[in-house]
Amino acid sequence: MEKALKKYAWIFVLPTLAAFTIGFIIPFFEGLYLSFCQFTTVGNAKFIGISNYINALGDPQFIQSAWFTICVTVVNILAINILAFALAMALTEKLKGTNFFRTIFFMPNLIGGIVLGYIWQILINGILSLCAQPLLKLNPTAGFWGIIILMCWQQIGYMMIIYIAGLQNVPDDLIEAAKIDGANDWQILWKIKIPMMMPSITICVFLTLTNSLKLFDQNLALTAGEPSHATEMLAMNIYNTFYFRAGPAWKGIGQAKSVIFSIVVILIGFLQLKSTRSKEVQA
Amino acid sequence: MKERSKVFQILLFVLMCVLTVLWVYPIFMILVNALKVESAITTSTVFSLPSAEKFAGFENFAKALHSQGFLASLGYSTLITVTSVAAIILCCSMCAWYITRVKSKINNFLYYLFVFSMVVPFQMVMFTLSQTADILKLNTPYNIWIIYLGFGSGLAVFMFAGFVKSIPVEIEEAALIDGCSPLQIFFKIVVPILKPTMVSVTILQAMWVWNDYLLPTLVLDITKYKTIPMLIQHFRGSYGRVAMGPMMASIIMTIIPIVIVYILGQKHIIKGVAAGAVKG
Repeated sequence: MEKALKKYAWIFVLPTLAAFTIGFIIPFFEGLYLSFCQFTTVGNAKFIGISNYINALGDPQFIQSAWFTICVTVVNILAINILAFALAMALTEKLKGTNFFRTIFFMPNLIGGIVLGYIWQILINGILSLCAQPLLKLNPTAGFWGIIILMCWQQIGYMMIIYIAGLQNVPDDLIEAAKIDGANDWQILWKIKIPMMMPSITICVFLTLTNSLKLFDQNLALTAGEPSHATEMLAMNIYNTFYFRAGPAWKGIGQAKSVIFSIVVILIGFLQLKSTRSKEVQA
Repeated sequence: MKERSKVFQILLFVLMCVLTVLWVYPIFMILVNALKVESAITTSTVFSLPSAEKFAGFENFAKALHSQGFLASLGYSTLITVTSVAAIILCCSMCAWYITRVKSKINNFLYYLFVFSMVVPFQMVMFTLSQTADILKLNTPYNIWIIYLGFGSGLAVFMFAGFVKSIPVEIEEAALIDGCSPLQIFFKIVVPILKPTMVSVTILQAMWVWNDYLLPTLVLDITKYKTIPMLIQHFRGSYGRVAMGPMMASIIMTIIPIVIVYILGQKHIIKGVAAGAVKG
């Protein structure tokens, strides 16, 4: 089998590999190299060592956006997962119209971040003006909660679908047995359902974690970082460093920031997978 | 006991209905405002229904279609999504099958490289990728699918490879003995088995490409080609007063095709998402 296949390697692997080389491998390693250079285009790079990294970590806006990103991520993970889990529990009850509700709750997920951002910008500004509060442009607190609400609206349905699939995989006889032993609903939830659903929880936390860390479109459309970069998340800080800061040094610093950003995302993602995976149990 | 759970169920049902209204309301609000005349759209009145003299009918929709280039954007978005997803499905399923079936160190390494590429944030390659695309002239809606194939192959190969591992190799070996070439084996035997995964990958990738904003903005020439997310962003990015009416009309027209596709294929979409996630 392998022998026969090997002759066809070029036709099976080459198209994907060629595109992958153009779309990922070359840009990735070139980017890694450029983070040690001063440059304005790929052609005029000049090696300058690690000073880009020093400048990146010394940029107060970068540190500020890192804190903002961490706050958004923590609140997002908690809010989205708890609410999605609760909805999944509710919609696996014997209830009329569960399919209809699932369909509705999932729908915002299909709408892109830019469009969602504008929808919520209009809506939140409307509410703020009714309450006589400053609009999003001048109101970092509203910007923060706006991003959270928007992300909840978009992602709860998606996570709910994964949790529903997980709940349906919890064997009924396990729950029956617990009931006969006198366990109440609360105990069944904590001692049986949640441990049995750790694979779903792992994946949902991982998705909300990486989605929040990498968030860009929603951030750009909802607040664009205003007022004065207070609601700027890491991805947007890097984007602005690349394209909106004058001076030849900033592209290199932006590239160094994106390397730091990548390491953080990969490291946190990996640690999270490891820590929740270790809590998974077999029935 | 029975009575109490009945009350509980009714309360739960009412709660779900309230949530449904909350979930649909933002879109409904945009629709209402898209039907108002331009001067009636202000921040403080977004929640009110248009009165008879403020009602604009479909004027905003017509404006968005004619003067704001909505149709062209719809065309570009459709073209890019269809070509990219088709390329991803075909090329990545072939690649995933090969690197799973032929065991070697290189293939193993490739697999992990694909997995690695899924986690790397786009900002890491943003600048270098757009420059590479410029040099190779991959900067039109007609060939940007090569970039999407490259950047999207991580998730697709990962999902296909996960499924191929669960297919017993004996079927394919039997076909080989019967005289099928590897290409025939792939298209006649593996593809039909892979169909459910293909549906999942199609849905996930189509959602990504259709809604993607940053990649086309950096790669395409914005003065010539705008995808739908670029167009929506351009409404605010451009100088002068934002034409709110046509913008809201564009948002509604962006959502309508998504909702239609969703209603037609919701069973597959929801199943595909659940299946795709469990694999991850």
